[in-house]
Amino acid sequence: MRRLFKLDRTPVSPASKEVRRLERRLFLRQSLSLGALTLMSGCSVTDAESVQRVLWAMSRWNDRVQGWLFDPEKLAPVYPESAITRPFPFNAFYDEDEVPEVDAEDYKLELAGLIRERRPWTLPELHALPRTSQVTRHICVEGWSAIGKWGGVPFRTFLERIGADLTAKYVGFKCADDYYTSIDMATALHPQTLLAFTYAGETLPPKFGFPMKLRIPTKLGFKNPKHVTAIYVTNMYPGGYWEDQGYNWFSGS
Amino acid sequence: MAAPETFDRPAESTAQAHPLTVRITHWINAVAILVMILSGWRIYNASPLLDFKFPRDLTLGGWLGGALQWHFAAMWLLALNGIVYLVYGFISGHFRRDFLPVTVTAILRDIGEALRGKLPHELGVYNAVQRTAYLSVIVLGVILILSGLAIWKPVQLQELAALFGGYEGARWVHFLAMVVLCLFVLVHVIMVMLVPKTFLPMWTGRAPPGPRESNEEKPA
Repeated sequence: MRRLFKLDRTPVSPASKEVRRLERRLFLRQSLSLGALTLMSGCSVTDAESVQRVLWAMSRWNDRVQGWLFDPEKLAPVYPESAITRPFPFNAFYDEDEVPEVDAEDYKLELAGLIRERRPWTLPELHALPRTSQVTRHICVEGWSAIGKWGGVPFRTFLERIGADLTAKYVGFKCADDYYTSIDMATALHPQTLLAFTYAGETLPPKFGFPMKLRIPTKLGFKNPKHVTAIYVTNMYPGGYWEDQGYNWFSGS
Repeated sequence: MAAPETFDRPAESTAQAHPLTVRITHWINAVAILVMILSGWRIYNASPLLDFKFPRDLTLGGWLGGALQWHFAAMWLLALNGIVYLVYGFISGHFRRDFLPVTVTAILRDIGEALRGKLPHELGVYNAVQRTAYLSVIVLGVILILSGLAIWKPVQLQELAALFGGYEGARWVHFLAMVVLCLFVLVHVIMVMLVPKTFLPMWTGRAPPGPRESNEEKPA
């Protein structure tokens, strides 16, 4: 910067001044046409592979920044039951009449990856785990938010119970509606991250993810998988249904 | 940092209107703001606060996920560039010298003169209305970034979010601040079109030649 100022300071001959003016004009015209190009052919610029690469790289960078920002002790605000949003909105990548029906009798939660005891869990076994509940705000990636009440076992308790490798990087989820997602281990161990079996004190209805969903008040809604059928622990980045299409992976609140 | 307006210029040369740092940060800011607004409109459309959506063709990103990628990439450009500008503005004396003082009397006088078409536009010297506008838009930028951070991190930065009335409050503040910013940009661009001689100096830093007795620069 200092050098540029110095350059400006040098007295110039009329001839070189003229050259500089021309250069400047040329630069200006190029800048302007670049700007115009950007505006007029917005699509091609947006779709250009190099632009996409930069945007994805920035999203990975934002994953890391959010990992640093994440305070494992910091609790999401909780609300009185009177603040619960009624009716609580249904939201998925399909319509409400396509909600999967999971048979409680046949249901088994599959476990895989860096877990010591990988035997499948039945619903009665899961329901016997210690429970807690929370009234927290669900924030959708679209921008809207709604307050709801979820009950279930702290996910940390479950991970400890099955002997999951708590030093691993990721916990992945597969769902009965073919949805899949994954979260960082720090969030999985957060005290408010629940393996939820109830909504508003009742068995989780199909539209909210029967027989269970992962409730994470420190992440956006799409990071809260419903109808979970398999959980795995891994050090290999697992991605997710929306994440693979471009939603930011960490998506912490 | 050297105060750039103190350099000796040949007598026939032109006066400096804008320091290099101001010019660079201005145009980076213009690009960042454009990306933030256009991608922000697409994000808004995913869950509108009002019974109104922005025309799709005016938005950036193609879909919500794409718009979010643009928004969360350009936010770094906007914030880092803004920090460089603020630090420069304080250290170099740009704020103190070019934006202050600004008094109610001066604002009223300049509005009066502007309405009578008598307000002189001197390159390198801001009138009271300009000073007010430019100072306000800096504050507006800070509000936009802080409310944006509150929306992005309503749990980790919940104390900040609380200042805006929580997550939903921060969404409204962010949206309304965007509207005010759009009005500023609109007026700003219209003024440049009305006084076109102000456009080139924002690139070159030099005011066009001409008698400039009224624009004697104070020694820094």
